This record gives sequence, structure tokens and C-alpha cells, in this order.
Amino acid sequence: MQMQSLRDHSGAHTATALIDCDAHITVPNVEALFPYLPLHWVEHVEQSVFKGASANYYPPRAPVSARPGSIPPDGPAGSSLAFLGAQVLDPLRITAAITNCLYAIDSLHNPEAAVAFARAVNDWQIAEWLDKDPRLRGSIVVPVQLPELAAAEINRVGDHPGFVQVLLPVRSEHPYGSRLFRPLWQAITGHDLVAGIHFGGAPGNPPFPSGWPSYYFEEYAGMAQIFQSQLASIVSEGVFDLFPGTRIALLESGFTWLPAFMWRFDKEWHNLRRLVPWVKHAPSEYIREHVRLTILPLDAPPTPEAMQRTIAQIGGAHMLLFATDYPHQHTADPLDTLLPDLSEADAQRVRSENAREWYKLSPDLA
Amino acid sequence: MMEKYIVGQVGEVPPGGRKIVEVAGRSIGVFNVHGTYYALRNRCPHQAAPLCLGAIKGMAMPCKPAEYIWGREGEILRCPWHGWEFDITTGQSIFNPHKMRVRTYEVTVESADMNTDNPDTDDPSIETYVVGVEAGAIVLHV
Repeated sequence: MQMQSLRDHSGAHTATALIDCDAHITVPNVEALFPYLPLHWVEHVEQSVFKGASANYYPPRAPVSARPGSIPPDGPAGSSLAFLGAQVLDPLRITAAITNCLYAIDSLHNPEAAVAFARAVNDWQIAEWLDKDPRLRGSIVVPVQLPELAAAEINRVGDHPGFVQVLLPVRSEHPYGSRLFRPLWQAITGHDLVAGIHFGGAPGNPPFPSGWPSYYFEEYAGMAQIFQSQLASIVSEGVFDLFPGTRIALLESGFTWLPAFMWRFDKEWHNLRRLVPWVKHAPSEYIREHVRLTILPLDAPPTPEAMQRTIAQIGGAHMLLFATDYPHQHTADPLDTLLPDLSEADAQRVRSENAREWYKLSPDLA
Repeated sequence: MMEKYIVGQVGEVPPGGRKIVEVAGRSIGVFNVHGTYYALRNRCPHQAAPLCLGAIKGMAMPCKPAEYIWGREGEILRCPWHGWEFDITTGQSIFNPHKMRVRTYEVTVESADMNTDNPDTDDPSIETYVVGVEAGAIVLHV
């Protein structure tokens, strides 16, 4: 078994806490869920072609999906706790990692299956990951296409101390501000969890309202507009007014698109405020108060100066969360992304302080 | 130094009405909102549109999500160019009242001939001002 560490940190970065806000854990195969599934569904999987949901949105052997050396002998990249520890947590001296399991519950159109597999994945996360490594904090997967049942699942496991977030795929069947989702927001905020809106999703809708793209490349590049549409919906339908404690993390979203979007959003609110009179502040104010974004992958402008302008435009470095996106690989070393261009105080915020505040992590983790 | 300008007679500007006047080199809109007169500079602070030509409306009041409450009918001026809303009674914009506002001017209604329109007054030494809509001059303080 070969494990390559990202970097042997003997000097730089080791003095301060580091929190990874997007480390992926992957269900290795459907059999791994059997101990957590009702026998009805074990039987169904064994007797039919249905083998559960897809575990990953990405081309399985591309570096963007599995950085070299991250595929363990007995499962896909991201399925080994030992690899996660040896390749990321230990070498980067990560004090806490928010884990995200992209198991595509949202693709299951049988409601009972969606509920059963969401429960199984969450119980698997608790038993196989969260209870085994005290550095890990998990994200609850939910049948988001069924908001009442998603809320029930959050109510079932939301008080487990290992869970700090509910994972919502950015591609959804309906925009997340829709009143269909009020039970979901009620449950998320009722348990004081973060709503982690993550790249991807398999709701059955095309990723663009203009129709299906032909190539994964298009969908990948175009995902920023889906994040924008979710923010437009959540602000405009008053989620932040109904649930003032809402904390959102946009995961693998990029953030350099955010200034132009906020300019447009604010400008139109000046003209059209009367259509949404419950939106009492400029949309950018809500976003700066309620939304944070991970820094990897990064759609970087060409110069550090341009990047600093962009960070000032989004509202400052307090908006940003460090992430490795393990086992996906976007860069040779996540610590070389953005952090070297920040002031030490800002870098410190991005490395750990922002995440500690957003996820309300206990001080011993950070 | 504030100067007073007679810009019209009250009968010209009934409740809900307006009159645009040129005073001291400025275009100013005089409005009658529920019987009280207000004056605003006829220049939107956004992009200098003739604000006072905009529609006189009410507004969607602050409310809970998905709940519409219409209020302040006749008190809100909507800029003809981009729809920005201003409170006629204060000049403040609705979306950012403390930072975005239009200049206001004091307006009074004065009788050109004191007391003659008020025979019920007991004490002729007290000056009174006619504020009815039948008579009196609209005076702008610029």
C-alpha cells in the first residue's frame, strides 16, 4: 500500500491550526451499507440491478477525482480513513476536517429508497468515520428532493456531536429558497447546523435551465451560475428572514464570480424591491452575513493584486474557508493556493478561524 | 439665506396632485400629500432623471416572506427611469433612507391677505394662515 503525503510539513504552516472544510469520504461499495440498511433493501440490491446511488460525480480516474496515490486497494478514492489520515490530516497537521460524502441520495426517485439509503449513509458515517477519528466532523446526507423526509432525517441524527453540517447538492429539483424547503431550513437551523451547498447533484433536471450540456466540461465550468441561482432564490424568498440563524457554506463553488453577482443582485433590488418587500437589506448584505465559501478549487484571476481586489469586493477574507477537497486534486499543494498571497492575519482566518466560527467547533479542535 | 417664492395657489395642487416649478435656477416638484404640501428637487440622485415626473404610488411595506402589505398610498414617488422609490414626505429613498435621498424644501401655505378668509377669529391681532384648499398661496422656501 503506497501513500503519498501532500507535503512533509517541517516548517511553514505548522505553527497554526488548520481546518479542512471539504474532505470527501466515499462509500466504497453498496455492501458497505448493508449493516445499516433494512433487510428489505439488502434483498432488493442483491436481487435486482439496483446497486444504490452513484457515489461520486466525477470521472473516477481523472486527477480531479482521485489524486495520484489516493485510490486504496479495496475501494475508490476517499473510501479509506487510513489514507485520509496519512495523506492529508497528518502531513498537513489538520486539526479538524469537515467531511462530505457525495453519495447521490438525490438521484433516488423511490422515496423509501432515498430515505433508507440516507439513513444508512449517515449511520455508516458515524460508525466508520466520525466515531473513529476525533478530528472529523461530518455532513448529514438527506433525501433533499423530499423536504419533509429530509427534515426528519436531520431530526434523527442532527444532535450527534460529530455532525456539523447538512449537505445539499447545488443542483436541485427546486431552488432552495422555495417554500417547499421550509421544513428543511427549519431542521437545519433548529439543530444549529451549517447548510453546505456543494458542487454537483443529480436531481434529474438539466444543470442549466437552457437545457442539457453535451460535455461534462460545460457542466463543470457552468456550475457557478447554479450557485448564483441558489443564492438568488434563498435571499429572494426570505430564508434569511424566516431563519435568521441560517449559516451557509458554498463548497467547491469558487468565489471570484461573487462580486459581479452581488453587484447585479443589489442593483436589481434597488429597482424591484417592491416585488420582494420582505428582503429588507441589500442582497449583498445578507450574503456577507450568512454565506461562506471554500477556496478550492479556485477560479483565480491572473495576478495576486487582482485576487486581493476580488477578496475586498466579496467583503473580505472572513468569507473564505480553507479546504483540500481531498481526494480530488486541483493543485499540487492546497496550502499554496491563495494563502501565500494573504496577510498573515487574513491567512490565519482562512486557515482556521473562519471555519471554527462558522461550524462552531470546540476550541480543542482549532 | 432662505428666500420665499410664491409658486402657485392651493387650488392648483389638490391632494394627490403636483406642480413642477422653476425656482432659483432649480426645478422643484411641489406635492400635495393628503392635504399637506411637500417639495422635492426634481433630480434623481441616482442618474439625474426628472424624478418629480414619476408615478405617485404607495409601496410594498416591510413584511414577512411571501406576505404582501400595500401601504402609504400617495406618499411614494417612483423615479420614471429606474423605478427607485422615494418618500415624498422626507425625500429619503426606500431602499437606503440614510444614504440615498433627494433634497427637500419647506413649503407653507399663506394667505395673501391675512384674516380676511377667517371671520370666526376672535382676536384680530393673531396672524392666521389659511390652509384650506380653496384659497391661499403655496410658498416655497429655497
